[in-house]
Amino acid sequence: MSYAIDHDLAVAWLRAAAAAVEQRHQELTELDAAIGDGDHGSNLRRGFVAVTELLDSLDPATPPGTVLIRAGTTLISKVGGASGPLYGSVLRAAGTALPAPTADLTALAEALRAGLTALQKLGGAAVGDKTIVDAFEPAVAALERAAFDGFTLREASALAAEAAEAGARATIPLEARKGRASYLGPRSVDHQDPGATSTALLFAALAEVSSPH
Amino acid sequence: MKKLINTPESVLDDTLAGIAAAHPELTVDRTARVVHRSDAPRPGKVALVSGGGSGHEPLHTGFVGPGMLDAACPGEVFTSPVPDQMLAAISAVDGGAGVVFVVKNYTGDVLNFSLAAELAAEQGTEVRTVLVDDDVAVQDSTFTAGRRGTGATVVVEKVCGALAERGAGAAEVASIGQLANALSRSFAVALTAATVPAAGKPGFDLPGDEIEAGVGIHGEPGRRREPLRPARELAAEVVETVLADHTLTSGDQVIALVNGLGGTPLHELYLVYGEVAARLAERGITIARRLVGNYVTSLDMAGFSLTLTKADPQLLELWDAPVATPALRWS
Repeated sequence: MSYAIDHDLAVAWLRAAAAAVEQRHQELTELDAAIGDGDHGSNLRRGFVAVTELLDSLDPATPPGTVLIRAGTTLISKVGGASGPLYGSVLRAAGTALPAPTADLTALAEALRAGLTALQKLGGAAVGDKTIVDAFEPAVAALERAAFDGFTLREASALAAEAAEAGARATIPLEARKGRASYLGPRSVDHQDPGATSTALLFAALAEVSSPH
Repeated sequence: MKKLINTPESVLDDTLAGIAAAHPELTVDRTARVVHRSDAPRPGKVALVSGGGSGHEPLHTGFVGPGMLDAACPGEVFTSPVPDQMLAAISAVDGGAGVVFVVKNYTGDVLNFSLAAELAAEQGTEVRTVLVDDDVAVQDSTFTAGRRGTGATVVVEKVCGALAERGAGAAEVASIGQLANALSRSFAVALTAATVPAAGKPGFDLPGDEIEAGVGIHGEPGRRREPLRPARELAAEVVETVLADHTLTSGDQVIALVNGLGGTPLHELYLVYGEVAARLAERGITIARRLVGNYVTSLDMAGFSLTLTKADPQLLELWDAPVATPALRWS
């Protein structure tokens, strides 16, 4: 029985995400300074530092879904702003939907779809509003298609990372309709959304740690 | 950009240490990041709790005390507090008569306070929320995040606090806050951008002869860029913008707040107040009460906001009620 995600992969994914945020937090903050308030990178960095501390103390028997739930709770407790509750709720919903102790690619895609649903319920954004959703939705859709087509996790997560990155870049010409960038109205056009950009980092991290699988 | 800080990461904690040192009459929990009245919880009194990103001082910590807030939850700079802070505040000040949150309408604040209210409800504490959204620079529609909460927050916290102090119930306290918000409109212009400590440079570039009109309080650019003009013209434009969205007519009374955004001297704020008062007098609108100074700031941003609250006898009477906080104090 081949599986896509277990405890080790969940932990590796979150560690890779933390490393990506650590490496690129200034870039996220600069994107946010252009159309928001210039703290997206530093806020996520604070959250993922706390997530890393959590991972260091986790029992190796913790199921992957519980790993995601506890990381999500940590983000809600540490990040603040909109991104804390939004990313925290994504991980909590995805973790709740993930079977234990291992899950196949179809179950992982379903779990991330549940995360996206939670994200949209809380934030009220749709594709095209220039938010996290613009990168998250195509990434989940790519995972679902890849699962249906019988791809491996490595192939599927690479496709999801590409779709998230394309979705983030596609926010550049959009006028923001949700979040702090929406206050700028038409002046939000010609800037890449920082939230969609950090979502692309998360899916790139998944692809990175999935490559041996 | 030069700042009086130790490190960008420690700004919030270092500021809380300063508030604790300067205001021994308040309790500052630096671990939970809550500032609250030392006489709380007061049995039978509705607990009024607010909070938001730091960098807007004296909002909200400067409004904690008898006659106003029971507790304030300061987040990181320009970042809403987290639900854990609001839950800690509730456990510190809930006297069993209910809790009312005053929340400025920003996506992050709304999400974190909503999560906190849900968690509090699970623990058996019912929380009512007054959402403040007075900034007319933003169009309110289902396709936007809605209007921002700015200067009206001071009025809402003052009248809610006064009513709560008299032993009114949670529904009544929330209701007067919602009324004060509905009767308030604000608009702001910036002469310079704010510099967030962690970023170290201004949030946007503004040439020496230009201003941003319709700015918020988080360093984000405004709705449009305009040439700098004499204060008389700027004040007239701001008054017109606020009145265009208001229901004020000749003979009405207002509470007026000419608020500095952090980097403008009081000297200039009084100058602006004089211009605002003259424009309102021309319209037959009476300023019944006023505040001139830095109350809802945006770090070191230069500029001002104008808030006009249409005042009825009840609001004026609550406004006049005694208050004893670091930033607002009269008897």
